[in-house]
Amino acid sequence: MRAPVSDLPLVFSKACVNLGATPLLRDIDLVIAPGAPSLVIGPNGAGKSTLLRLAMGLLAPTSGTVTWGGSRDPAPRRRAILFQRPVMLRRSAQGNVAYALLQAGCARADVVGRAHHLLERVGLAALAHRPARHLSGGEQQRLALARALARDPEILLLDEPTANLDPAATRAVEAIIGEAAASGIKILMTSHDLGQVRRLAGEVHFLVAGRLRESASAAAFFDHPQSPLAQAFLRGDIVAEA
Amino acid sequence: MQEGLGAWQLVVSGDPGLYGIVGLSLAISLSAVALAALVGLPLGGLLALTRFPGRGAVIVLANALMGLPPVVVGLVVYLLLSRSGPLGSFGLLFTPTAMVIAQAILITPIIAALTRQTVEDLWLEYRDEMNAMGVSPLGRLATLLYDARVSLITTLLAGFGRAAAEVGAVMIVGGNIDGFTRTMTTAIALETSKGDLPLAMGLGFVLVSIVLAVNASAWGLRLFAQKRIG
Repeated sequence: MRAPVSDLPLVFSKACVNLGATPLLRDIDLVIAPGAPSLVIGPNGAGKSTLLRLAMGLLAPTSGTVTWGGSRDPAPRRRAILFQRPVMLRRSAQGNVAYALLQAGCARADVVGRAHHLLERVGLAALAHRPARHLSGGEQQRLALARALARDPEILLLDEPTANLDPAATRAVEAIIGEAAASGIKILMTSHDLGQVRRLAGEVHFLVAGRLRESASAAAFFDHPQSPLAQAFLRGDIVAEA
Repeated sequence: MQEGLGAWQLVVSGDPGLYGIVGLSLAISLSAVALAALVGLPLGGLLALTRFPGRGAVIVLANALMGLPPVVVGLVVYLLLSRSGPLGSFGLLFTPTAMVIAQAILITPIIAALTRQTVEDLWLEYRDEMNAMGVSPLGRLATLLYDARVSLITTLLAGFGRAAAEVGAVMIVGGNIDGFTRTMTTAIALETSKGDLPLAMGLGFVLVSIVLAVNASAWGLRLFAQKRIG
């Protein structure tokens, strides 16, 4: 299907992103290697989505570098992203997955079978022929996950995947994420739901105002947050720092 | 009143003269739409997806050409196809082919300009997802044209309406030859000036009915698509 290239480790070094004169991310040094899910947390506007777009290669750093498996070529090979508001192609659910499969280089003869398998994996097999834009928010999110998994990713970037979902839909999406992680896919995910972070995270990266303030294993972060900012954030205080 | 009755009789009796004219008109305008779509859809899509110096000027030009006067198109095509013109050796002047060419030129800017707008709007929505999937530039064009299909069919129908209703271009390059290049619009113009009002009114009735039917099907298609595609 494709040459055995790897997108891991994902390495940020001194990566900065500016929007005009406004810094969105400052001096990010971060290594994302295979292992348990990495969760990026922080208040709104901290730069979490920007960090994921940078990780996907949709955005070039203003200064510093981002590399995937040692390469600076931003063409997505073994990575996929789930946007906060995924866009459904004007096709059926199966058509959406089939499209992602074809773009990922899947042979035409295998598309229908693999699309069915992916829809089953996210619990949407019964809705395969439903127009994607008629699905509920939770179903659309799961379909977008199937589309991301169609790329056979080594690393899956998830931007607030359950932000607008009710508890049942959240549980369904978290289950798919958990299975993906268990199957060896590295998860890099943003969330501002601390309960969700506790449920999923292997390690936590705490981002405030574009700077990485703390990186630790989930257990260490929740039990012994080092910085006053992280302590305040975990207490539920409003954290805002220029 | 008398003329109205005569016109109605021509329409319902299936008068061969009248329906011959209708058939030729439809054949010419549909061919023109097909030809214009072949050029206008990809052209509009490319304009939407590419950035080059002078792009703004091209878009303004395409938008302005939507209001191109049919007689001017007719004149230009006439000059190109006339015996002494650069394409005169093909002997196309006063043939249905010349009429198709003139109408295609007339509506290509309409299709290109409307396609550009539609595809650009959809691209804004799809951009992140398509970049994340690593879709090639040609793949983007094909995907956007396909996913905008409902709006684009409406665009093609707008082009058809314009082609079917225009009289200036086909009159000049077709010559309004009875049984060969006479269309509904040129026949209406001629019969009215001759005073044969029943035929003119009958053709007018058919023409308006076709335009109505086209718009009704566009509406129906939109409803159907909303249900099926979302």
